[in-house]
Amino acid sequence: MAKQISAEARKGWTLISPPAFYAVLMLAAPLATVLIYSVMTGEKGAVSLPLTLDNYYELFTKPIYRALMWRSLYVSLCVTLATVILAYPIAYFVSFYVSPSKKSLWLFLITIPFWTSYIIRVSLWRTILGYDGILDSMVMGLGLTDTQPNILSNGVLSIIITLAHAYAPFAVLPIFVSLEKVDRSLLEAGQDLGESRWMTFLRVTLPLSLPGVIAAVLIVFIPTVGDYVTPELIGGGKTPMIANLMEVAMLKQRDQAMGSAIAVGAMLIVALISVVFVLWNRRFLGGRK
Amino acid sequence: MTTERPTMIEFKDVHKYYGDYHALRGINGTIRAGEFFSLLGPSGCGKTTLLRTIAGFEGIDKGAVLIDGKDMARVPANARPTNMVFQSYAIFPHMSVAENVGFGLRRSGLSAAEKAKAVEDALGMVGLKGYGGRAAHALSGGQRQRVALARALILKPKVLLLDEPLSALDKKMREHMQVELIKLQRQVGITFILVTHDQEEALVMSDRIAVMFEGEIAQLADPETLYRRPNSKKVADFIGTMNFIPATVLSETGHKVEVEAKGLGHLTVDAAMAPPARGESPVVGLRPETLTLLYDDQKAAERETDGVIDEVIYFGDMTYYDVYLGGTDVEVRLSMRNVPGRPVLDVGTKVRVAWSPSALVLFR
Amino acid sequence: MKQGSGLRGYAFLYLLFLYAPIIILPVFAFNNSQVVAFPLKGFTTQWFGEMWADANLRAALGRSLVIAVVTASVATILGIFAARASVRYAFPGKAPVMGLIMLPMVLPDIVVAMALLIVLLSLSVPLSMLTIIMGHVLLCMPFAVAILTSAFQSLDKSLEEAALDLGETPASTFRLIILPLVMPGIISSFLICFTISIDEFVLANFLGSGKPVLSVYIFGQFRFPAKVPAMLALGTLLVAFSIVLLAIAEYFRRRGIARAGGKDTGGFL
Repeated sequence: MAKQISAEARKGWTLISPPAFYAVLMLAAPLATVLIYSVMTGEKGAVSLPLTLDNYYELFTKPIYRALMWRSLYVSLCVTLATVILAYPIAYFVSFYVSPSKKSLWLFLITIPFWTSYIIRVSLWRTILGYDGILDSMVMGLGLTDTQPNILSNGVLSIIITLAHAYAPFAVLPIFVSLEKVDRSLLEAGQDLGESRWMTFLRVTLPLSLPGVIAAVLIVFIPTVGDYVTPELIGGGKTPMIANLMEVAMLKQRDQAMGSAIAVGAMLIVALISVVFVLWNRRFLGGRK
Repeated sequence: MTTERPTMIEFKDVHKYYGDYHALRGINGTIRAGEFFSLLGPSGCGKTTLLRTIAGFEGIDKGAVLIDGKDMARVPANARPTNMVFQSYAIFPHMSVAENVGFGLRRSGLSAAEKAKAVEDALGMVGLKGYGGRAAHALSGGQRQRVALARALILKPKVLLLDEPLSALDKKMREHMQVELIKLQRQVGITFILVTHDQEEALVMSDRIAVMFEGEIAQLADPETLYRRPNSKKVADFIGTMNFIPATVLSETGHKVEVEAKGLGHLTVDAAMAPPARGESPVVGLRPETLTLLYDDQKAAERETDGVIDEVIYFGDMTYYDVYLGGTDVEVRLSMRNVPGRPVLDVGTKVRVAWSPSALVLFR
Repeated sequence: MKQGSGLRGYAFLYLLFLYAPIIILPVFAFNNSQVVAFPLKGFTTQWFGEMWADANLRAALGRSLVIAVVTASVATILGIFAARASVRYAFPGKAPVMGLIMLPMVLPDIVVAMALLIVLLSLSVPLSMLTIIMGHVLLCMPFAVAILTSAFQSLDKSLEEAALDLGETPASTFRLIILPLVMPGIISSFLICFTISIDEFVLANFLGSGKPVLSVYIFGQFRFPAKVPAMLALGTLLVAFSIVLLAIAEYFRRRGIARAGGKDTGGFL
């Protein structure tokens, strides 16, 4: 009886061992190291005992850390809000108004920008938003204003714009997927019973698509908190987020313990917020498969 | 059915488990060389599992499977003298029809010319002459099935296994292929083993059928025996329709059983029509076509009972009547052919029902 | 259909917003002006020339290409193992292992970079192209697994059994039946991993030595306003190249599914 299972299991394990081994070596072990380092004492370029929670304490009390954490969360929140709200109409459009044969084409077009060089795109936004840059010259050339808007001077706003642009496709796809799952005959039944299209949307489509919206929120929120490139390039060093702080701690201050604590702490906060968010919305998620 | 063919496949107390699930519970039986054999049963009964143990895609945990006298215990699928037509046909989509059909000849040592000829012949045999150059993914369902057949038969296996080959086809195609397969089997002369859940299909095509429920063979016999003398209520109910009438056993002597059946009265049943008791409450079974409505001028050949028509179901060439028997709540379904002079009767009509005691089976 | 046209208008505006930077790229790459701003001052290809003349850039490009090819190859091969194991076999611990392999997709890249860096530093492993490759393979594996899992899933299991039934060995079955049918997925995976590696910045920056790869080089150059037009030229080429690779990858992904007879569920993700 058990012979049959283990023959298959053996083959499965043999096959999966190279990638599994690689992942354990390259990911699990380093992550475990970070976790351990976060509770150790850091000095210039080394960590040592005693074990301590000082790093975490510092992370949650020192003003600079708190400010950066709040800023990261604030930026992520704005980006998430903007991307998801902007993404919903286009997801709806592709799901309900595009013929089935063209749907993957639209999706493909929406995701292409994601696959192009992130560095190039962020650098480009810096050029666009900068003083006397593309936006400034266009707006002034069209006579809309006399002075340069120079959006780049507003670090936080610039970061939000750049990140919203980068993560837009991430928000569209999950919403699209859940809209596709909405049973069209439910909508027709609603109309058949005399509802207006807007009411049908509000009472049927929107609630049914909420799992996708929730997924979109998470898919955008979680990575943007930890984004390194955009604050680094756009902020010009003046508006760092938590990821830049990590770099400073690790490489410039060479305090690996503190850097690890920042990493773990930030991930925990993000995980906590995500879990709370999902639980708070679980009434929209439960039951349906 | 007079000369006994030699045994091709033998099951000796075959058991198989999937983890804790006992999929095959002691299968015993033989399949003869050159016969068209069916494994019939509802989904989940183990028929496909059993077929796959013959093919070599599933191992067994106890017992033995023998093909042409040889125990297949250590013989892998690619070394067995069997070939299979899969339910999805499993035509290789990236090859042409000819490449598909000739795939098994790769290791045969034949020259390219010989292979091409064999492929031609095989295609001709299934009615796909000239289709060799077509791309496999551009075929219809029926064509794919025939390619699968050609691909299997070209290797001249001793046994051809077919896993629900007709279930994916529409009704007309299915009926056509049923006849085609019977002709093909006669032409090629090898053992065909078919798995199906469609009892009509099994009855039409097979020399013998193994009816399976829940991992066991309930009855293994030719179609007529299965239909006329099912060995249990379950088999009787699965093959065709049967009326079950509650009865009490009065006495039993050697060859005969005395029974009192509700609505039919006192009966004598031959022991051959009374399979071994299974500890259930006794019922007497009658097929719809063995009951007849008597019109005014007719007389019963054997026995007769009064009744009232409860329901009339008209099929054009036949009518089914549901009739309450002899003032009781026992309802039987009987079928009548609609011929001139025998009009369709109305609900509520009092009728006389003729039936033959020799056609009934006693289950208990 | 009034509502339709309103949404349609919105959809095109949205696409415009998405593609705005990408469209701006070639506009100013060919613009005959040192200053990257309106108004446009005529057509020129000098920035492309200047870009190509930069020896450091060519060196960085070479390094990136090598890293990308190696990464794509290793990630795809590991992906084949993982996808085949995941689709075909049931074994205890499958879910956690697959979860670990796919984890880099949800972790911030900075965390992955830092974690790897710590380990490498503590083991005194020198940073080089090899360490970048190691990081990139880790990052690309989930994508390879996702694409190849889809490819293996659309493979009818009976095809393998049919091949065995007709006399082939498991090895020859893999070579004659499985590999050709999964090949479009393999190509697609290779191209996607290549694209990811070429464009990746964070790991390349922190796990690399003083000799920069292309993305790091670009990052450095954008600080100097004089160098910006040349970088725009480079960017134009890179983006065009990525789009072409993507289109090819998508073509193969669809072809692979169609050939094996499966259905397209739309997209890699």
